[in-house]
Amino acid sequence: MRAEKAAGRAERRKENGEAYRSGLRHGIPVGLGYLVVAFTLGIAAKKGGMTALQAALMSFSIHASAGEFAAIGVISAAAGYWEMAVTELVVNLRYLLMSASLSQRLPEDLGFYHRFFLAFDITDEIYALSVTRPGRLNPFFTYGMMSVASPGWVLGTFLGAAAGSILPEMVIGAMSIALYGMFLSVILPPARHDRVICGVVLVSMLASGLCAVLPLVRELSSGLKTILLTLLLSAGAALLFPHKDEEEGRA
Amino acid sequence: MKNSVYLYILVMAGVTYLIRLIPLTLLRREIKNRFIRSFLYYMPYVTLAVMTFPSILSATGNWISSAVGLLTAALIAWFDGNLFRVSLGASAAALVAELILSRIA
Repeated sequence: MRAEKAAGRAERRKENGEAYRSGLRHGIPVGLGYLVVAFTLGIAAKKGGMTALQAALMSFSIHASAGEFAAIGVISAAAGYWEMAVTELVVNLRYLLMSASLSQRLPEDLGFYHRFFLAFDITDEIYALSVTRPGRLNPFFTYGMMSVASPGWVLGTFLGAAAGSILPEMVIGAMSIALYGMFLSVILPPARHDRVICGVVLVSMLASGLCAVLPLVRELSSGLKTILLTLLLSAGAALLFPHKDEEEGRA
Repeated sequence: MKNSVYLYILVMAGVTYLIRLIPLTLLRREIKNRFIRSFLYYMPYVTLAVMTFPSILSATGNWISSAVGLLTAALIAWFDGNLFRVSLGASAAALVAELILSRIA
């Protein structure tokens, strides 16, 4: 009995190790992309009056591009702490949906402490790459990605704040595209192979474009617009094209 | 009154962490409802698409070079998909467009 248990443990450890290494491999392009995006974030933080260390600390404890850019605005305006809390709540509320979605991919008996670790670094990219894995998600896959993505994000922020001023304005402007490039590289490859996803992406962009120009709607904050459109359009897609679950990996 | 940067960071970290933690710890059982499952399946595509467009058009501060970046990013993402190559390619294309525009102007 004891030998059997030990064998089971060794087996699990091997699986976790493989998942972790696979996560590391998937995390490398994310970490490199983060390095570029966070660099522009660091520049903004410096302009907002933060030191390079403060900016790096912020990146380490938040791991959210939109949330951090918004926070820099709050800090440089010396607004109240409650205003910071509300701003972050609105800008980052989409993570509530992402975490809910990710919770459905985890093994039901997954230990509590894993959920606490995972919550630390659920970014748009890490979430998307974790949730689109076939079958149940091994948390070690996500940990692997976090181990390269987080240092990229923190280091990029530090470098941007410490040395951002040596780059010409034009280069910084061009680097701001990188964040959106990351989003597109997450949603377009699946869209290429799935017509419904492709349609969902196109309709979403169209609707978002409309919301930017229509009177009244365009006055809403971008965080609120993102959440409203996400709720509306995902519900629409779910009603029109109910998704058939592939049963792979589900006992 | 001068507010502390560290207290700001503490507040934002707390709020953001709770947003991510609460669903992960509360939703432990599998949701069987097909509508909710489908909703969660489409959600990431909608959110990221909405966050990309039209904000990307004002990324560089000039809509032409931004559009060049968008087009390049979309093409590389569609045919290649590597996250870093997409980001770098789009930034490089936007930079080249900016350089050409500054010559013309």
